[in-house]
Amino acid sequence: MAVKTRRLRDIPLAFTMLGPSLLVLLTFVLYPLGKAVWLGQQTCNVQGKNCKSVGWGQYTTVVKSDQFQHALWVTVKFALITVPIGLALGVGLAVLADKQLRGMRFFRTIFSSTIATSVAVASLMWLFLLQPSVGVLANLGWLRDIFPVIKEPGLLKDPGTALWSVGISSIWANLGFTFILVTAGLQSVPKEMHESAYVDGAGGWMRFTNITLPLISPTLLFTTVVLTSRAFQAYGEMDLLTNGGPVPQDSTTTVTYLIYGSSSIIKNNDGLQAAVAVLLFLILLALSALQFRGFGKRVHYGS
Amino acid sequence: MQYDSSVASIRLVGVSKHFGDVKAVDNVSLDIADRDFMILLGPSGCGKSTLLRTIAGLEDPTAGEVWIGDCMVNDVEPKDRDVSMVFQSYALYPHKSVQANIEFPLKVRGVNKAERAEAAKQAAEVLGLTPYLERRPGALSGGQRQRVALARAIVRQPAVFCMDEPLSNLDAKLRAETRAELVALHDRLNATFVYVTHDQVEAMTMGNRIAVMRDGIIEQVGSPKEVYDKPASVFVAQFIGTPPMNIFPAGSVEAADHVVGARPEHTHLTSSGVAATVALVEHLGHEIQVVCTIDAEHRAIVRIPAGTEVPGNGSSVFLTADENHRHRFNVKTGLRIS
Repeated sequence: MAVKTRRLRDIPLAFTMLGPSLLVLLTFVLYPLGKAVWLGQQTCNVQGKNCKSVGWGQYTTVVKSDQFQHALWVTVKFALITVPIGLALGVGLAVLADKQLRGMRFFRTIFSSTIATSVAVASLMWLFLLQPSVGVLANLGWLRDIFPVIKEPGLLKDPGTALWSVGISSIWANLGFTFILVTAGLQSVPKEMHESAYVDGAGGWMRFTNITLPLISPTLLFTTVVLTSRAFQAYGEMDLLTNGGPVPQDSTTTVTYLIYGSSSIIKNNDGLQAAVAVLLFLILLALSALQFRGFGKRVHYGS
Repeated sequence: MQYDSSVASIRLVGVSKHFGDVKAVDNVSLDIADRDFMILLGPSGCGKSTLLRTIAGLEDPTAGEVWIGDCMVNDVEPKDRDVSMVFQSYALYPHKSVQANIEFPLKVRGVNKAERAEAAKQAAEVLGLTPYLERRPGALSGGQRQRVALARAIVRQPAVFCMDEPLSNLDAKLRAETRAELVALHDRLNATFVYVTHDQVEAMTMGNRIAVMRDGIIEQVGSPKEVYDKPASVFVAQFIGTPPMNIFPAGSVEAADHVVGARPEHTHLTSSGVAATVALVEHLGHEIQVVCTIDAEHRAIVRIPAGTEVPGNGSSVFLTADENHRHRFNVKTGLRIS
C-alpha cells in the first residue's frame, strides 16, 4: 500500500520530467499521424479547405482502386530491383575493401562517398548521364549497341526501362550507406576465425559462406530492412528523373509519387493523399515485422 | 584414436620475418624433431607467435626456408602442410554447433557426412565433449571451448600441431589440469607439437624441448633441464625459474670480468659475503622468500625453510652463492662462460 501511494505521489514529477520529449512527440509525430488517419476519410475542395468526412470506406475505395494497386505494384518492383542488387553490390565492395591492401583507404572513401550525396544531386547526375542526346552513357558506342533504347527514346522515357534506370540511380545513391554498414560488420568478425578456417583448408568462398555471412547476418538484416523501407519511400528519384512517367503507363508512379507527385492523379485531393499515405505506413510496418520474423531466426547475434 | 603421422620433423633455416622496420623474427634456425613437444618461450613481442604462424603458413617469411618433413613449404598453402592450429581465442564458429565446429576441417576437405560425424564423435570422445556436441560454443565454459578447439585440431589428424598460447584464457586451476591433458594428448597422438607460451611453468612442465626467444632471435634451445641447469645467457637464466635466478654484480662474488648467478635455492644468508638490504619478506607457507637489494640494479631472492627466524625489513645482511651451483656469464654479452 505504501509503495502504491508513493508511486502516485511520483506521478506529477514523472510527467514533469517526461514533459519536454512528450510535447515534441505529440506535436510532431502523434498529432500528425492521427490527423493523417482522420484526413484519410475526408474529402476537401481544391484549396484543401472545407473538408468533410465521407466515411472510413474511403480507405477501402483507395485499396480497391486501379491507381493504388498499380502504384503498389510499381513500388514492389522497385524494391525488388534495388534492395537485392544494392545489398549484393554493397557486400561485394565491402568484402573487396576489407582486404589489407595498399591504397584500400582511398577506395573505402570512394565507395562510401555516395552517402554524402543527396538524392537530388544523385538523380541529376544520372539524368545527365542518361540524357539521350548529350549524356555520356547514352553516347557510349558499345552500350548503345546493346541497348538501342538508350538513344531513342532514352532509358528514362521507355516504359520498359524507366523503372530500372531510376532503380540504378537509387542503388548508386544508397551504395555508400550499405558499404559503410557492411564494412563495420566485417570488421567485427575476428581475424583468427578466418585464419583458423584458412589453415583448415577453407578457400575464400567457403570462408565467406561459412564464416563471414553468418557472422554479419545481423548487419545484413538491418540493412535489408532499412533499404526496403527506403525503397518504399523513395520519391526524389521519380520526381526528378521521370515524373512518375513515362505516361500513359505510369511506369515509375510509386506509392509515394502517387501521394505527392506533381503529375499525380490525386494531387489536388488531400483526403485521398492522406489515405494512401496511411496505407503505405501500414504496409511498411507489416513488411518490417515480416522481415524481422522471417530472417530473425536465421540471424546469429554474438556468442 | 591413434594414428601414424607421416614424418613431421620441422626445420627452419635462417628464417626472418620483418614488418616494415620491425624484425619480428630475425634469422632463426631451429630443428624440431618428429614427435617433439617443442615450446617456443619468450616474453610478449619476442617473435614466438610470428615464428609459429610462419610454420603454419599464416605468415610468409621475409627470408629463409621452412621445411616440414622433407618438403620445403615456403610456397605451400597452409592446408597442404598437414598442420593444424589452435588459437589463444579458440576461434570457434559461434553460429555452429560443437559438432559442426569439430567437423568443419573435414567438411572443407569434402569428407562425406557419415565419416565426418564419426570422426567428430571420436575426437569429442577423446576430449570428453560427447555430452556437448549439440550445443553452441556460447553455451560452454572456457575450458570446454578450449577442448572444442583442440578437438577441431585433432579431427583431421595432422602431422603437426601449432598452438598459440592455448591455455592463457583459462583460470589457474584449469590451466594446471589442462597442461597434463595436453601432454597426455601428445603421447597419444604421436604428432609433433609446436607450442607458444610466455609462461615458463608451462614450458618446463609440458615440453621435451624449449626454445627461448628474445627480440626475434633464439637465445637457447634445449630440454627443460638443460635450460634450467645451464642457461645460455643472463636473459634465459632470469626468464626460467620462479623466482628468477639471482645475478650478482661483477666483482662482488668473483673476479670483475664476469657476473655470477645463483638460483634462490643456492643463495644463502650468511655472516659475510655480498652486502645487501632486506627489502621484503614473503611468507609462502612452506617456505619464506627474502627479497634483498644489493644495489640499484641488482636484487636477490633467498629461499629459506618456513619457521626459520628471518631478518626484518631494512636490516643489513650478507649473501653467498653456493660454490657448486654458480653460473658465470660474460659481463658485456651476458652469454654463459661456465
